[in-house]
Amino acid sequence: MDFSDTPEEAAFRREAREWLQANVPSKDELEGLDEVQRAKLWQMRKYEAGWACIRWPREYGGRGASAMEQVIWNQEESSVRVPQGVFAIGQGMAAPTMMAWATEEQKLRYLPPLASGEHIWCQLFSEPAGGSDLAALRTRAEKDGDEWVINGQKIWTSGAQFSNYAILVVRTDPEVPKHKGLTYFFIDMKSPGIEIKPIRQISGESNFNEVYFTDVRIPDEQRLGAVGQGWQVAITTLMNERLAIGSGGGLGFRQVFELAQRIEIDGRPAIEDRSVRARLADWYVQESGLRFTGYRAMSALSRGEMPGPENSIGKLVGASKSQDMASFAIDLLEMSGIVTDPELAWRSGMVHDTFMGAPGLRIAGGTDEIMLNILAERVLGMPQDVRVDKGIPFSQVPTSAS
Amino acid sequence: MNFEFSEEQNLLREQAAGFLQDQCPPSAVRAILEGAASFDTELFRGIAEMGWTAAAIPEKHGGLGLSYLELCVIAEELGRVVAPVPFSSSVYLATEALLLAGNDAQREAWLPKLASGAAIGTFALAEGTGQPSPNRLETAYENGCLNGTKVPVADGDIADFAVAVARCGRGDGASLYLVPLDADTVTRTTVATLDPTRSHARIDFDNARAESLGAAGEGWGLTRRILDRAAVLFAWEQVGGANAALEQAKEYAMGRYAFGRPIAGFQAIKHKLANIYVKNTLARSNCYYGAWALSTDASELPLAAATARVSAIQAYYFASKENIQTHGGMGFTWEFDCQFHYRRAKLLSVNIGSERTWQDRLISAIEAGQAA
Ligand SMILES: Cc1cc2nc3c(=O)[nH]c(=O)nc-3n(C[C@H](O)[C@H](O)[C@H](O)COP(=O)(O)OP(=O)(O)OC[C@H]3O[C@@H](n4cnc5c(N)ncnc54)[C@H](O)[C@@H]3O)c2cc1C
Repeated sequence: MDFSDTPEEAAFRREAREWLQANVPSKDELEGLDEVQRAKLWQMRKYEAGWACIRWPREYGGRGASAMEQVIWNQEESSVRVPQGVFAIGQGMAAPTMMAWATEEQKLRYLPPLASGEHIWCQLFSEPAGGSDLAALRTRAEKDGDEWVINGQKIWTSGAQFSNYAILVVRTDPEVPKHKGLTYFFIDMKSPGIEIKPIRQISGESNFNEVYFTDVRIPDEQRLGAVGQGWQVAITTLMNERLAIGSGGGLGFRQVFELAQRIEIDGRPAIEDRSVRARLADWYVQESGLRFTGYRAMSALSRGEMPGPENSIGKLVGASKSQDMASFAIDLLEMSGIVTDPELAWRSGMVHDTFMGAPGLRIAGGTDEIMLNILAERVLGMPQDVRVDKGIPFSQVPTSAS
Repeated sequence: MNFEFSEEQNLLREQAAGFLQDQCPPSAVRAILEGAASFDTELFRGIAEMGWTAAAIPEKHGGLGLSYLELCVIAEELGRVVAPVPFSSSVYLATEALLLAGNDAQREAWLPKLASGAAIGTFALAEGTGQPSPNRLETAYENGCLNGTKVPVADGDIADFAVAVARCGRGDGASLYLVPLDADTVTRTTVATLDPTRSHARIDFDNARAESLGAAGEGWGLTRRILDRAAVLFAWEQVGGANAALEQAKEYAMGRYAFGRPIAGFQAIKHKLANIYVKNTLARSNCYYGAWALSTDASELPLAAATARVSAIQAYYFASKENIQTHGGMGFTWEFDCQFHYRRAKLLSVNIGSERTWQDRLISAIEAGQAA
């Protein structure tokens, strides 16, 4: 065990840090660009210099870096202010699924534009009748020659409005038990028959959407895995989702700690208050526990292991931690804690963004309850919940509607 | 970077687990809980023969000169079986105090005996209720002698010597003293505690001969350093105990039927155990960092130790109480072993300072890092 860099790692870190310092986009460069444009600018810059998706093989747009180099890169990139987001699903979930299930030709064609940020991908999994119970999804695919014809509806699709491609799970056979009748595809989001309608979230933003399919056609080559094997392919995506989502981001320990140093309680800095110190210590312990659990997971990956169900911890702990820290920070700000006006609010309201975003984090990518189920069943080996739909054809399973 | 124990260390873990499975079954813990003996002498002799008491002591003092990572591995296994032995007092505290502050003669006098298990040492800090601090200490040293009362002192009734923290008018307000406990100027009385599998005593010093350990007026700083180091090792014991409690809860839940199926199938039980797993995993990961900081004497040690300690306290307490809950009425009986972890978890959560104390130290360590 050694938490310090080897000479090679130190050299890699220096190289990464120097490159980052010289290449972080300036305020002027980002001026006037929206979130997607900013993220794309940064992604392309990394790609051109060989710093995009560094663990991927070179032929797919990466630099063939080791797991430890990935850890170092993440540490360094997270210590500078750069545009975030929009690529997590494509790079973190779609790409590993493509690497495991697509043909070589497809990988060479679709992965480099994911690395460069030219293409954004979204995830068409959840449906009105298939959220936690994803395998209960109903969107139908029927074979027509060399093509499949898709009809149905997806919901909660983050980023569908600006995505080029998507990963998609559909039902190809309703007459077999639910997990057996699914098939997995990737799809061009510009395909005729796709209609995207934004959904407004409690935060007021509209990051996710309803996506409707009316006779949308997908070539059979875009199927990943065999017909009926969709659930197994989806598991590859979901395992990587847990790694990709990680602990969520947003408000971190450092920011709340600094706030507690600045704010006063009874004329003294809040940080001197024992109860404040105790709460902060608890979050620090969680944050560092997650960080080192993540490092240990990277050690496992570097031995060639698949990301396992134990990675559910990151999001499970991280989402509630963000929520509670944001709530606590608002309390620390006392009566002004409710003011979200960016001119007046502490850190232009980032604590409120976290407060209003955290409930979604606890639901997205598997709810807290589902994560606990996964840990209990797959890690601890406890029995599955009693299921009334087990072994019966999907078409005969009771639903909310019936 | 490398976030794993080495193959040799994992081998040591297997060997330790095997030895303890044989030599420290629950019946051995129960014998100490229910009997008059202060500790399991047979087990402690075996542990010394395995070389565990010698692990971190340099070879020139009769030790094995292994790294602290090996000691962490051993600590986890001892914690798992709730071992009723004075290992922590002697190894994590007394040995560390000598290594940190002892002069050549003191090291020569005691380290070989500590290594072989021929001598048991302990660390005497508490003086009754409340958080110890230099200005509250009443134990004092004058003309080569120590006067005062220390209570509770882990293994104080069986140890051959203690490292005692006493008031000092200079420096940081405290000094450490090495005091043999067999003199008739020392009175030792066993005190009843929450965890009778680890004995504790009241020690009265009445002009007891003692010698300084380290410089006068540096005792508080040394105490903190000793506790930082010990905190990592105790945290590993706690993580071992917490995981054993989780396994015990799971095993029971899988075998106990209610409403026609194993209670392990009910979500309330599944989620309870998954939550234990989450806390245990975070604590264990924090302990990895602590182990590394301890083994390299890294400047991050105070923060790493406090982090490991706080999360291990929380994990073990949570696992131990929810383990009883999972057992229902059975868990509340004297005959069932759930109480071992519940008692030990609470002992370990206050023995070198409570959760609140270590939360405070954690934040202080971050503040100190910021100032640096
Ligand atoms: C911000 C956000 C972004 C998202 N982005 C995407 C996306 O890009 N693509 C995509 O496909 N999906 C996305 N989702 C959907 C997400 O995966 C689902 O919302 C989630 O899986 C829960 O499904 P549901 O909303 O149908 O809730 P339900 O499944 O109806 O759950 C309702 C409640 O019941 C509980 N529950 C359900 N089943 C069980 C059980 N077996 N045991 C115990 N409790 C249970 C849940 O925990 C929850 O508390 C996103 C969601 C959010 C909030």
